[in-house]
Amino acid sequence: MQLSINGATHEVDVEPDMPLLWVLRDELGMTGTKYGCGIAQCGACTVHIDGVATRSCQTAVEDVTGAITTIEGLGGGALHAVQQAWIEHQVAQCGYCQSGQIMQAASLLSEIPQPTDDEIDEAMWGNLCRCGTYPRIREAIRSAAAKLNGAAS
Amino acid sequence: MSRLGKIVRRTFLVGSAAIAGGVAFGWYMYRREPHNPLLDDLASGEAAITPYVKVTADGVTLITPRADKGQGIYSAQAALIAEELDIELDQVSVDPGSPSPAYYNTALSQEGAPFMSTDEGWLAESARGGVDVLMKFLGMQITGGSTSIPDSFDKLRIAGAVARETLKAAAAKKTGIAVGQLRTAKGAVLLPDGTEVKYTELAEIAATVEPVTQVRLRDPAEWRLIGKPMQRIDIAPKSTGKQKYGIDFRIDDMLHATVKLNPRQGGAMNGFDASAAEKMRGVKKIVPVTGGVGVIADNTWRAIQAANAITFDWGPAPYPAGMEGHWDILASSFNEERQDSRNRNDGDVDTALAEGNVIEAEYRAPYLAHAPLEPISATVRIADGKVDVWTGTQIPRFTQNNVAKIAGVDAEKVHVHVAMMGGSFGHRLEDEVVKQATELALAMPGVPVKLTYSREEDMIHDFPRQIAMARGRGHVKDGKVNAFDLGIAMPSVIVSQMGRQGFSVPGPDAQIVAGAWEQPFAIPNYRVTGYRAEGLAPVSSWRSVGASTNGFFHDCFLDELIAAAGADPLAERIRLCWHEPSRKVLQAVGEMSGWNGPKPAPGKGRGVAFCMSFGVATAEIIEVTASDAGIAIDKVWVAAEVGRVVDPVNFDNLVKGGVIYGLGHAMNCEITYADGMAEQTNFDAYPYMRISQCPQIEVRGLENGTKIRGIGEPPVPPAAAALANAIFAATGKRIREMPFSKYVDFI
Repeated sequence: MQLSINGATHEVDVEPDMPLLWVLRDELGMTGTKYGCGIAQCGACTVHIDGVATRSCQTAVEDVTGAITTIEGLGGGALHAVQQAWIEHQVAQCGYCQSGQIMQAASLLSEIPQPTDDEIDEAMWGNLCRCGTYPRIREAIRSAAAKLNGAAS
Repeated sequence: MSRLGKIVRRTFLVGSAAIAGGVAFGWYMYRREPHNPLLDDLASGEAAITPYVKVTADGVTLITPRADKGQGIYSAQAALIAEELDIELDQVSVDPGSPSPAYYNTALSQEGAPFMSTDEGWLAESARGGVDVLMKFLGMQITGGSTSIPDSFDKLRIAGAVARETLKAAAAKKTGIAVGQLRTAKGAVLLPDGTEVKYTELAEIAATVEPVTQVRLRDPAEWRLIGKPMQRIDIAPKSTGKQKYGIDFRIDDMLHATVKLNPRQGGAMNGFDASAAEKMRGVKKIVPVTGGVGVIADNTWRAIQAANAITFDWGPAPYPAGMEGHWDILASSFNEERQDSRNRNDGDVDTALAEGNVIEAEYRAPYLAHAPLEPISATVRIADGKVDVWTGTQIPRFTQNNVAKIAGVDAEKVHVHVAMMGGSFGHRLEDEVVKQATELALAMPGVPVKLTYSREEDMIHDFPRQIAMARGRGHVKDGKVNAFDLGIAMPSVIVSQMGRQGFSVPGPDAQIVAGAWEQPFAIPNYRVTGYRAEGLAPVSSWRSVGASTNGFFHDCFLDELIAAAGADPLAERIRLCWHEPSRKVLQAVGEMSGWNGPKPAPGKGRGVAFCMSFGVATAEIIEVTASDAGIAIDKVWVAAEVGRVVDPVNFDNLVKGGVIYGLGHAMNCEITYADGMAEQTNFDAYPYMRISQCPQIEVRGLENGTKIRGIGEPPVPPAAAALANAIFAATGKRIREMPFSKYVDFI
């Protein structure tokens, strides 16, 4: 079976019902995407499929038809504006959820370039952070939105 | 600056050692002023050289032995060394080093001595010193108890200063220029003519010169790094997916494994049938391990699928099957036979209560899971009589010994490579996962085996936060709190935890009353009694340990008495508080929140709470809005006294995280047992705070205290109490049991 990940094509020989998460992590060694719960309750495994945030732990690999982007490929070789904002605001504590948070936030900003606080909360609701970095996540998303909009105008 | 004065009066004996191509500097012992006989005895047995700074021709490596579970301590340790060494953080490598008895943690043992952290008198200091000696010999390289900063603050700056002065001595030898004419900056010695001699160029000479044994630490006014906003060294890798955690470890030929253990913690496995699992794709071996079965496969998901296909005959739990039995044990523990401590007994409580109008209340707190987002894992390889372990752990020395016993080798043949941790909250003070991974690796000689717990196994087999109950009786007179009598019953966390490491811990357990007995309040009749409950589920240290339950009990009951006295909640706490730095914390949080300004609008309420834990006075004020839809937490103000804020950015982040940790669990979370098994096995049944419920949080760090303290845990205990007190202020309803969602809805 062929997968398009971060612009490259990968051939994998796995069961069709293996979740994309474990194909990425154990078959392809791409460990930036994290296992947190396995039941789409924490968002640590979030990747993009055709640009849309998707929980890879609940996505059977056979159901993947679009192009996959993981945290490793988000910026296309450079830092994505969301990643820059995450660094500037020093969001991470343990950092384990942050790949998923960043992928979710990047997806949000591609859909809603200037989200309100409520729209941020709604989009990010499914991404659990046990360290409690939520206040910095909000700040970083606002800051990334401002930067992206500034660049666009 | 009496504390700094004391440091420079001490004598520092320091060693250096030649290593391949360079030199290692270590701080390895100190003597306090020569009047303490306990510590004088210590000197003779001390010999080990402890490297914190390694300089070779290739580079400078700073050793940061306290483990990083997200609190940023690798960065903080590196900064403390770099401050004195005159090197920038982007010029060094940072390495947690190998587990060694030399990296013992003295600050942790200090909080074990039965003196209030506000007590700096001679007797208290001497006793703390005595435990320090014990810890040194036990070689307890433990990360925990918010001790990393207090433990490191002097040691690591001294290590940096010693390395700097010795490198200057090496430069003097190389150039013939007197040491007094040399300066240091950015990883180099500067000669009078401005020429730079890089530390790396001095490595070989430095290994041959006598280490400089007398160093003077810099005045805080000269600090470049400490107290200023820092960029964490792990912030870029953690924002790009490049950070490798224990669960991400990969090595050639590695196999993936998981376990299924008796869901009734500590119960026996009577039998299992793995015939279906054995035939599943990718399964290499199915191996009995202590307490259950492990499946070794070529992919973690395949291992988990196969483990789910095994059927088991499990034995019963060695504790009550249902929660009623657990609460019954606690309720029946308030008696003389179970009394563990009565460290606080001021005035005459019984006489004061005999005046009548006694106010009584019972409080409860449930078991809670640690549930760091990274499930626990360990990779073990046993080959050629040596064992390598890759895991995120707070107790590398215990783990080294445990693995050695299981693998049948000497401890020095076991190398524990400590990995970055995706959270812990005390979870990784346990090492069952490493022991099981070793059992699996024994079944696959020469092959590295990575054991990963599923989220379900991680939650079911967590040793949770203690369950606890408190009973308060009090009396008010003339608008003031007159008598406060609090009894607390809980299992001994330290006995349960150390028991799994094969140690028995004699004497009272200070954690049973931590966050209650040592509060700096001058209540005329004031008593706190700890009761040790037996026969409950195994428990372990959970962020802030005893204070996580007791901060809630003590402050909420105090709030009840203050309300009964008709006093202002903040003003009465300040009036009762005798400890000046703590009073300032209460005053600061009052000022930040505008407590004395306009009263909150109708439907809103503000609650204040205070808890001294781990030596840190922390006060929090919470404002809530109550409506038909439920309670919304609008804002939190926090002030904490830590003596010195090392990095204001990380401080702010850790305090906010601690508040959220305290609130998120108090609102909605509990672990309950039915038929001996935890009923909550994943985040769908353990509804921790989400971003949409997260209030604004305003933080202030105070620096009025005489000792530097850690901030990882202290923000947790007051959070639940401040929320309960705020809900009372808004609704008139007292909530005396966590989680509060049993009594109110949260928006």
